[in-house]
Amino acid sequence: MIPVSSIRTTILAEIQQIAEGEQKALPELTDDLLLLQSGLDSLMLAILVARLEQKLDLDPFTDSADTFYPMTLGDFIKAYERAGEI
Amino acid sequence: MRIRSLRDCLGNASCSAGCHLRGARGSVWLGELLGATCLGGRGAQLAGRSILLRTHNPLTAALAMVELDGVAQRLVICPPDVASQHVPSIIAKAGVDVLVSDGERGEKGAGGLTPRVHAGASLSPCGPAALSPVATQWVLLTSGTTGEPKMLLHDLAGLTGAIKPGQLDGPDVVWGTFYDIRRYGGLQIFLRALLGNRPLVLPDPAESPTDHLVRLGAHGVTHLTGTPSHWRRALMNPAVRAIAPRYIRLSGEIADQAILDALRSVFPAAAIGHAYASTEGGVSFEVTDGREGFPADLFGRKGEVEMKVENGSLRIRSSRTARGYLGEPESVLADNDGFVDTADIVQQRGDRYYFLGRRSGIINVGGLKVHPEEVEARINGHPAVLMSCVRSQRNPITGALVVADIVLKERESCGNGKGRELEQEILSHCRKALPRHKVPAALRFVKALGLTETGKMGRPHA
Repeated sequence: MIPVSSIRTTILAEIQQIAEGEQKALPELTDDLLLLQSGLDSLMLAILVARLEQKLDLDPFTDSADTFYPMTLGDFIKAYERAGEI
Repeated sequence: MRIRSLRDCLGNASCSAGCHLRGARGSVWLGELLGATCLGGRGAQLAGRSILLRTHNPLTAALAMVELDGVAQRLVICPPDVASQHVPSIIAKAGVDVLVSDGERGEKGAGGLTPRVHAGASLSPCGPAALSPVATQWVLLTSGTTGEPKMLLHDLAGLTGAIKPGQLDGPDVVWGTFYDIRRYGGLQIFLRALLGNRPLVLPDPAESPTDHLVRLGAHGVTHLTGTPSHWRRALMNPAVRAIAPRYIRLSGEIADQAILDALRSVFPAAAIGHAYASTEGGVSFEVTDGREGFPADLFGRKGEVEMKVENGSLRIRSSRTARGYLGEPESVLADNDGFVDTADIVQQRGDRYYFLGRRSGIINVGGLKVHPEEVEARINGHPAVLMSCVRSQRNPITGALVVADIVLKERESCGNGKGRELEQEILSHCRKALPRHKVPAALRFVKALGLTETGKMGRPHA
């Protein structure tokens, strides 16, 4: 289990790795960055969620009692941090 | 609702309301079609012909469908994403003798030497169609697979079988859909709008998802349909705030509990349902209790749609199923009792049935179909690989992802930390030949693959 404090670092590192694999340049990864305009499309997001489930053993978009789909990178990270606290 | 042809719907149109088709590139009130044409007045020449309808503008396709139903002997509807390379074979198999298109002559995929009639989204006046309508055969294509699209024969009675007058056609209903109207799911909504004499906001393949959402909102769409993947993508887009549908319907993919719950929390006042429908099986049922899967008591009912499970898959018998395949004498759609095998594997848990995936193993990645065999063939072409099994992994964003289990020729080749390197090598081998959604999201090196009793590779579902 990865401590909540390093969830953010793990997510950002995975995003960079997926973008590199697809040879996509990403904008600066700020919290208010809109996910679907970040250069990541829904396929890359899907892969990100699958890899994070493997790494963090967390899938806040399937397991959460009140499911939501995040719009910004900040929302996305927060969903994992919240799931990690439970 | 029994109508002889789509043109009959135009007679119902009153000037104050009616079916306005609102496209991204323009709008038309369908009542205008009564004394007008989108085909330069050449509709009469198309009587009894077998027509391929292939347009860039979905509004043009909608107008041509209304003008040609009851006139053409056969109307083959080409969705926008069908590759040009498949057009000659569609023309040959469907015996097409006229191409109706809004493209330029000589444009790639325009059908070669097939005679062509130009269609446009602006109407010109013409005399009334004097012909008594014929029962046009509709031909719909199933979504892009590795091979050629399959063609399914339908007729207007079957296509409109699930549309009941007085249902979902109140005076303030405005339809919208994320589906293209040249696919079964979108065509259902187009026909609903037309028969119910209600406006429809047409999606356009050339428009961004954000612009589409804004336009849906601007026209005050009340009834909106799409696949779970369409809806997930919409919910992740801030422009979703532009829309306020009060009726939401999902179909075309497995609707999981997560998307149903998320829609409920974003649109608390909306009626949310997921429907089971396919190009082969037609519209079968709708589930409105907000839960994934469907109630077991749908089986054994007599009525317009009958259902059973055989060999694990859902079978449907109704007047709404396709009449058969076109150009494939070896493919049989229905069994001797008239049941169509949907190839969707279902499992009963308690008083409910759940969808597990496709029998054929076809993986639906956000609406794009993947045949596991194609991916396996590519992986197996890597010199270190003995065999592989490609399967579906559930995913909350795209519904599913492609993953692969791989048996190596020499197990040592992934030992000593070389696994990661080999993984990257196999993935880049896949990327060179496969579109992105077919490249496995994860690889797993295994000792052996499970085989079924018949010696075939077992494809575990979901």
